[in-house]
Amino acid sequence: MSPRTSGTTRAGQYAALLCYLVFLAFPFLWLISTAFKPAPELGSLHPTWIPEHPTLDNFRQAFDEQPLLRAAANSLIAALSAGVIAVVIATPMAYVMARHRSRLSTAATGWVVVSQAFPFVLLIIPLFLVLKQLHLINTLWGLIMVYVVWALPFALWMLVGYVRAVPRELEEAAAVDGAGRLRTLVSVTAPLLAPGIVATALFAFITAWNEFFFALVLLKTPEKQTLPVVLTHFLGAEGASDLGPLAAAAFLATLPSLVLFAVIQRRITGGMLAGAVKS
Amino acid sequence: MTLASATVQSGRHGPPGGPPRGPARNAGTWFLVLPALIPILVLSVGPLLYGIALAFTDSQSGRTRSTQWVGTLNFQDLLHDGLFWESFRIGLVWAVGVTVPQFVLALGLALLLNENLRMRWLARALAIIPWAMPEVVVGIMWRLVYNPDAGILNETLRDLGLGDGRDWLTGLATALPAVILVGVWAGMPQTTVALLAGLQNTPRELHEAAALDGAGAWRRFRTVTWPALKPVALSITALNFIWNFNSFALVYVLTNGGPGGRTRLPMLFAYEEAFRYGQFGYAAAMGCVMVAVISVILAVYLAGRLGGGDDR
Repeated sequence: MSPRTSGTTRAGQYAALLCYLVFLAFPFLWLISTAFKPAPELGSLHPTWIPEHPTLDNFRQAFDEQPLLRAAANSLIAALSAGVIAVVIATPMAYVMARHRSRLSTAATGWVVVSQAFPFVLLIIPLFLVLKQLHLINTLWGLIMVYVVWALPFALWMLVGYVRAVPRELEEAAAVDGAGRLRTLVSVTAPLLAPGIVATALFAFITAWNEFFFALVLLKTPEKQTLPVVLTHFLGAEGASDLGPLAAAAFLATLPSLVLFAVIQRRITGGMLAGAVKS
Repeated sequence: MTLASATVQSGRHGPPGGPPRGPARNAGTWFLVLPALIPILVLSVGPLLYGIALAFTDSQSGRTRSTQWVGTLNFQDLLHDGLFWESFRIGLVWAVGVTVPQFVLALGLALLLNENLRMRWLARALAIIPWAMPEVVVGIMWRLVYNPDAGILNETLRDLGLGDGRDWLTGLATALPAVILVGVWAGMPQTTVALLAGLQNTPRELHEAAALDGAGAWRRFRTVTWPALKPVALSITALNFIWNFNSFALVYVLTNGGPGGRTRLPMLFAYEEAFRYGQFGYAAAMGCVMVAVISVILAVYLAGRLGGGDDR
């Protein structure tokens, strides 16, 4: 809040904010509107914001046309496994990185930064060859392995921030009281870290749920594919797509990550900030 | 757990940068680090090195002959591959075209959200949507918006009397700008949140002191807000540039590189080369060139900004 703000400035600020609201919201509202429109209205040359005869036909048709449930199940398995595994293996390492400065944690931090800059082709071609040798192409396990490593940089990044937010004095006090390191970790540090760990896992879940490129390359058959890949099957050749079912399926695919994101949004921004500011 | 308590003690006495103390400390640390370190080495660092090595081979998918070293042949070929450099140029136009407006718009929104406005919560909630959506859905959604007949964009333009609808995504001249607009929309929230976080770290007293001295809004921004925000702004801009240059899904869904290659970003080009034509070695070489050029651009940019910087 600025110290003093004149009336005209305030009016200008509200006008600007309104423009942002419209810009951010209108494509999403249009997606919803399209999802509930019956076929004749979708063909109309003068589309309306509110469907005149709202219908659920598009949703039914979407499920008929593509194996959406199967795809959602695949996405769920991949995202859930990636989220849980990533956090389980990242938390101890993040603890070391946050508490002890060593060559290893410097290298890990360097890797976190560098891994953000690499174009994924350079990673996916060798991974494709390796996973092929292991007969893990077109399997969810192959994809999960890739997702875990792909989620690790930001999981470490967020978790290091959360660990640093736990006062070192608390651990020291426990040590003075005679608790070993493991006990200190389990009974003092872990409970304080728990919300951050959950937030990190959910964030890893969301990014895996939304991921497209690796899934496109690694999953070949429709019954193995995840939701984002199956969604692209609605896009016919040369834009000849069935708008209604396309919108309906796209809308449904968004809901889980949207809901989860709303739940953990504050923690994510907090975690990003903690990681960014203190490093 | 004697090994473990030794570590705690070293942490207690030593400064944060203190040296490790003896083998006991190391054993405990390795135990904690290995579960993440092994996958990182096996599935990330290893493949990256393998990928760089592949760039110097004639590796192809599905062939019977074994892969041969070809030295810098792929790179020599790339040098003369006009289509690749065209996609590289498009990638740069796209990356700058998305990153710059994204930053400006995000800064504006962050400043607004930092004020005590009534609709602030709604804007924050809405700003989450593009961030949480799968890129594929963002692409699909904007295809619905851009649809020549049934899309809201053309209908709005018709209502305003501004022309009667065109196919933005398939027009040779409009495709790239249309795709860039989607990129700006999709990436704005993350940038806004990062900048907002930076803004909230700026001490209020400084603002108040500056205001008491009679500084106007612009001068307060220039002398108080911006210097505090600059480090965050710099790193988010650099990251956005890289992410945008390397992006794939959004444009794959919107145009798949068309029309006539006008929106074929380097990643789309490399993807086709690798997984449609099976040219793994050649595609890996493209990846290497992308990394190299991006690193140089970033190094120059960061050196310029940090060297000329007046903060810190």
